[in-house]
Amino acid sequence: MKLSRREFVRANAAAATAAVAGATLPGMKNAIAAQGDAIRWDKAPCRFCGVGCSVLVGTRDGNIVATQGDPEAPVNRGLNCIKGYFLSKIQYGQDRLTQPLLRMTDGQYDKNGEFTPISWDQAFDIMAEKWKAALKDKGPTSIGMFGSGQWTVWEGYAAAKLYKAGFRSNNIEPNARHCMASAVAGFIRTFGADEPMGVYDDLEHADAFVLWGSNMAEMHPILWSRLTDRRLTHDECKVAVLSTFKNRNFDLADIPIVFAPQTDLAILNYIANHIIQSGSVNEEFLEKHVNIRRGNADIGYGLRPETALEQNAANSGNTGGSEPMSFEDYAKFVADYDLDYTSELSGVPKKNLQALAELYADPDKKVVSYWTMGFNQHSRGTWCNNLVYNLHLLTGKISEPGNGPFSLTGQPSACGTAREVGTFAHRLPADLVVANEAHRTFSEDVWQLPKGTLPAKPGYHAVLQNRMLKDSKINAYWVMCNNNMQAAPNMNEETYPGYRNPDNFIVVSDPYPTVTATAADLILPTSMWVEKEGAYGNAERRTQFWRQQVRAPGESRSDLWQVVEFSKRFKVEDVWPEDLLSENPEYRGKTLYDVLYANGVVNKYAKQKVTDTAGNEYENDEMEHFGYYLQKGLYEEYRVFGLKGPKKGHDLGDFDTYHSTRGMRWPVVDGKETLWRYRAGHDPFVADGKEIDFYGKPDGKAVIFALPYEPAAESPDEEYDLWLVTGRVLEHWHSGSMTQRVPELYRAFPDAVVYMHPEDAKARGLRRGVAAKLSTRRGEVTMQVETRGRNQPPQGLIFAPWFDARRLINKLTLDATCPISKEADFKKCAVKVSSV
Amino acid sequence: MSRSRTCALVSILIFFVTAGSVADEVKSLRGATAIEENSAEPARTRWMDDKEPIARDYVQQPPLVPHSIDKHEIDLNSNKCMTCHSWAEYLLADATKISQTHFADREGDVLATLAGRRYFCKQCHVSQKDTEPLVENIFEPVEAVSQ
Repeated sequence: MKLSRREFVRANAAAATAAVAGATLPGMKNAIAAQGDAIRWDKAPCRFCGVGCSVLVGTRDGNIVATQGDPEAPVNRGLNCIKGYFLSKIQYGQDRLTQPLLRMTDGQYDKNGEFTPISWDQAFDIMAEKWKAALKDKGPTSIGMFGSGQWTVWEGYAAAKLYKAGFRSNNIEPNARHCMASAVAGFIRTFGADEPMGVYDDLEHADAFVLWGSNMAEMHPILWSRLTDRRLTHDECKVAVLSTFKNRNFDLADIPIVFAPQTDLAILNYIANHIIQSGSVNEEFLEKHVNIRRGNADIGYGLRPETALEQNAANSGNTGGSEPMSFEDYAKFVADYDLDYTSELSGVPKKNLQALAELYADPDKKVVSYWTMGFNQHSRGTWCNNLVYNLHLLTGKISEPGNGPFSLTGQPSACGTAREVGTFAHRLPADLVVANEAHRTFSEDVWQLPKGTLPAKPGYHAVLQNRMLKDSKINAYWVMCNNNMQAAPNMNEETYPGYRNPDNFIVVSDPYPTVTATAADLILPTSMWVEKEGAYGNAERRTQFWRQQVRAPGESRSDLWQVVEFSKRFKVEDVWPEDLLSENPEYRGKTLYDVLYANGVVNKYAKQKVTDTAGNEYENDEMEHFGYYLQKGLYEEYRVFGLKGPKKGHDLGDFDTYHSTRGMRWPVVDGKETLWRYRAGHDPFVADGKEIDFYGKPDGKAVIFALPYEPAAESPDEEYDLWLVTGRVLEHWHSGSMTQRVPELYRAFPDAVVYMHPEDAKARGLRRGVAAKLSTRRGEVTMQVETRGRNQPPQGLIFAPWFDARRLINKLTLDATCPISKEADFKKCAVKVSSV
Repeated sequence: MSRSRTCALVSILIFFVTAGSVADEVKSLRGATAIEENSAEPARTRWMDDKEPIARDYVQQPPLVPHSIDKHEIDLNSNKCMTCHSWAEYLLADATKISQTHFADREGDVLATLAGRRYFCKQCHVSQKDTEPLVENIFEPVEAVSQ
C-alpha cells in the first residue's frame, strides 16, 4: 500500500511517538521501516561553495535518495542553502556523458567532424599522440592544462605532478585564477603566507561586520545565516555593506554603501587616513609587528602587451615592486584621501563614510572584514587585498576572535586543492614556488626526481593560456572540472578562437555536455562528487573528506583515474631531455606512471575495505582499478610538503582521521587544529616569547602597502555608457551545468536577466520584461530586463549573472587583469543597452 | 520511468552507438544554438499561481514556495513571510506553518521565537516559474515519498 507524503510523515511521527510510549497504532505496521527501507547516511562536504557546509548523503540500492544538512558539522549545524538542499539531484541530469567522444569524419579524427563514441583506450591513444607531437615540436610550453578549485585534493595533486614533474611544464592553472588569485597575491605580499588567519567562529564574536563587494547573502548563505543571527541577537552589533549596487545584503545593513566602481581603492585609503587622523593607530602593534612599504603604481591592466594601456604603463614590468616607507610618509600618502575627495569620487555620502571608518577606528569595536569577488576580480585586486589588511594592521585588529580580515573563498576547494596543492603556473605544494631553487629541490626530493627536473619558469596563467591557444603557442590542452568557455573573459576575441584554432587539440573532461565540451575535440565522461572518494578544503582552512557513495554512470571515470591512466602512455624518454636521463640512467625505460605514482610512496597502501564508524562498507573504484589505495598514497605524500617543507605552518593531519571527523583546520599539530593563526596561544608556530608572529615573513612582520586609487581599464564613455558588472545568483552554481539540470533550481531562476535602474531602462525605450541587447566592443547578448527584485543597480550600471549557457555574458567582458595576480576583472567594463 | 528500465534503454542506446554510428549530436544547454550565435528571446515566464503545497522528493527537502515572493521583503525591520507562516498566524492565513526546526539556534537550543539563523527564508525557500525544465532529471524519490 502506497502512502502519500502527508500520510507518511504523519504516520511516521506518530509511530515514533508511540514507540517511545510503548504503544501501537493502526496503520503503524505500514509506516514502520521494513528491512529494505534502511538508508545509508554518510557525510560529505557540499559540492558547491567555499563555505564548505557538510551534508549527509542518503543512499539506497546504489542511488542517492536524499541529502540533508549535517547536524554535527561545526560549519553549518544542519543547515544548507537552496543549492545544498538539492545536492541529491545534481548527478541525475538525463544527459550525463557516458562515453568518450571524439570529433571524427570517416573514422578519422577531424576537428570539424561530429562527436563519435570511442573507447577509453582510443581516447588515450589520440591524446598521447597529440601531446607527444606538441612536446616534440615545441616543447613543454606547448601543452597546457586548465583545472579546478572543484578538483579533489588528490586530483589536483596528481595533475600537478603529471604536468610539472612528468611533462616538465608549468602550464597548469586552476579556474581559481579567476576568483582567488588576487587574494593569494594579497596574502603573500602582506603576510608571506596564503589563507586567512581567522575562522568562521569570528561570526559569533564580532561587534561589526563589513562586507566589501561580497554578496554573502546569496553566495555564502550559511555564513550569512550565522552573521544574521549575531546581528539579530546582539543589537549593538553593526553591519556595513559596500557594493556597486544594492543587493540582498542591504536587507541587514546598518551602514549601506553603494559606491562608484573602482573607488573601493579610495575608500580603503580614506579609512586608513581617518584611523591616523583620529589618533586610533595602535602604535605598539605597528612598531612591533608591521613594516611599511610604498608599492609601485601605474602597473598596467594585464592586457595583451601591444595594447596602448600596457605600453603606457610605467611599471608594467615590475608590477609587484615596492620600497620601504616611513610612517610619516605613509600618513602623508593617505592624507590625500580626505572625506571630501573620497565622497566626491565614490558618490558615497560623507556620513556613511565616517560611520564606516569609525567601525575600524574605534579601539573597542571588534570588526571582521569580508570580501570576495568585488575585491578579487578587480584590475587592482591585489591592491584591494593589501589595502584592507592595512586597516587591520594599523589598528592591531587581527588574529583574534571576532577581529580580523577574512578573505572568503568562492569554490569548494580553491583553498584545499588549487592553492594548498599549488596547481598554478607559478606554484608548488604548501606555498612553495617554482621560481625558488630551494623549493624546487625540496619538491624533487619528495617526488624522487632527478635534481633539475622541475621547470623554474612560471607557465602561462589562465587568461594568458587562452591568448596562447589563439596564438597557436599551446597546441594540446586539457580542461578538467570547469566550464572555461563560459567562464573566461572576452570569449569572442580569445577563448573561442583559441579552442577552435585548427592547430590545437582540446580535451574536455566533464560529467555533462557543457558549452566548453561542445567546443572541444575530445570529450571525456567524468565522475561527479560522491561517485568517487574525495577531499575538499574550505575558506576557513578546514579540510574535509568523503567516501564514494554511488557509482558513476556508463564509462565515466574520475579526474584522478584519467590523469593517472594517461601517465602510463609516456616513457620518460618521451618527455625528459637526454642530458637529464644520461645523468640519471636509472630512470630510463620507466613510464611516467612508474615515476609519479608507482613510486613506492603513492602506491604504498594496500587495497583495503573502506568503512565508516558504523561498519558500513563503501566502494572505491580507483583502488579497485589500480590495486592500491591511491587516494591515501597521494595524500600522505602530499602531506610531507606541509610537515617538512621550507614554509612552516601548513601541517595537515593524517588521512584516516579526516575520514572520521567533520574536518580539521590546519595547521594541525599533534592532532589539534589551529583557529587563529599568528597569535600566541592559538598558533603552535608562533615563536616563543612573541605575542604575534607573522612567520610567513622572514622578520615576522606583516607589511602595510601604500597604494593609490587608479581608474579601471575600461570605463563608460559616450557610446558604451554604462558599467557592466557580472556575477551570480543564489540559485545557481557558477555556469549552471549542475544546477540548471535540477528542475527546482532551474524553475527558481530559469534565465539570466539584466538588472538595471528603471530610469535607465526608460531612457532606452525599455521596460521590465522586454528583451534588451547588451553590447560591448567585444560582443553582444540578449537578455530580459529586470528593474525590480533582489538587485537594484544605481543609474549608470547594469548587473548580469553568468550562470546561463544560453546567454553567454563573457562574450562582452574584457580580459583586463590585476597585473600582479593575473586575475580578470569581471566587474568592470563599458556596455551599452538598447532595444532588440 | 523506473531505474531498471532506464538502465535497459541506456544499454540499448550504448549498443547502437558503439556499433560505430555517430552519437546523437552533443548538445549543451544551448540546445541547437551554436556558441557564436545569440540565443532566442526567452519566453516570458510566470510564477506559479498561489495554490496547494508542491510535492517534495525527500523528507528533508525544504518546501518550495507555491506563489510569487517578488514583493515579499525580509529585512531588519520586518519579515513578510512570517505574516502568514508563523505559528501565530498560519491558521488565519490558511498557510503552511514554519517547521519546528526553525525555532532552534545553532547550539540546538529551542528559542521562544524564530531563530536568527532561519530569518532570511529565501536562502532555502524559492518559488517556481511555470516552465518545463531544460533537461529531464532522473532522480527517483523513495516510494514512500513518491506522488
